[in-house]
Amino acid sequence: MSEERGGRGRGGAKGKDADKNKGGDRPRGGFFRRRRVCKFCAEKIDYINYKDVRLLTPFLPERGKIQPRRISGTCALHQRKLQTAIKRARQLALIPYVTD
Amino acid sequence: MSTNRQYELVYVLNPESTDEQVAELHTQIEQIVQRFNGTLDKTENWGRRKLAYEIGHHREGNYVVETITGSGELMKEIDRRLRVLDRVIRHLVVRVDEELRVAERTRDARKATQARRRTARGLPPEPQPGEGRGDNMDQDDDRGDRYDRGDRYDRGDKYEVQR
Repeated sequence: MSEERGGRGRGGAKGKDADKNKGGDRPRGGFFRRRRVCKFCAEKIDYINYKDVRLLTPFLPERGKIQPRRISGTCALHQRKLQTAIKRARQLALIPYVTD
Repeated sequence: MSTNRQYELVYVLNPESTDEQVAELHTQIEQIVQRFNGTLDKTENWGRRKLAYEIGHHREGNYVVETITGSGELMKEIDRRLRVLDRVIRHLVVRVDEELRVAERTRDARKATQARRRTARGLPPEPQPGEGRGDNMDQDDDRGDRYDRGDRYDRGDKYEVQR
């Protein structure tokens, strides 16, 4: 139990156990990742084109899932637009739904 | 009510179809567009392209992109036609005029703010060549992705030391 990563045991058992795990897993002090800036804001891309595969692939990790905002650093507005673009590109078989 | 909307039509033909068949379907669509008083603004033929996943045992497809201005009924008819054809293995109709308008508006707004700020600083409104920190040297110092950290846990008493 002690090695369980924080946040994994979410849901029901959120009492003492969850509290005990806190702090154990996270490296205290140092190693704070610099907050990433949204790629589309930084490069001033206004329209996320679903046909531009090269633009979309950096947001698809190897499984083919859409990368969450907390990892990519994309802002909410652009993540939303990116999401529709990715879904359209998937329909056209430009990018995969899943890769195993 | 305006009925002139801009649409993008993408369709994927099976890899066995010949260039003539692609051209034939294109003229068919052109005719439908004319019949409904629309305009075919642009056609892009991407040619043969690998599919990201198999569609009906096909691994490749012929992609064609058409930009069409017209009514919703026109697109409905085209959609219906493409649905029927077996040679078309996938197609997608997207209305783009509003999205493009939004993109244009944000671009204009950004330019306006930039110009306003620059004039406030006593500079010419447009950025001059050779100005700024060189060629975006600071843009590519990315250290790559961090591992997936899972959902955030409850941070209510974050600073309480647990031992």
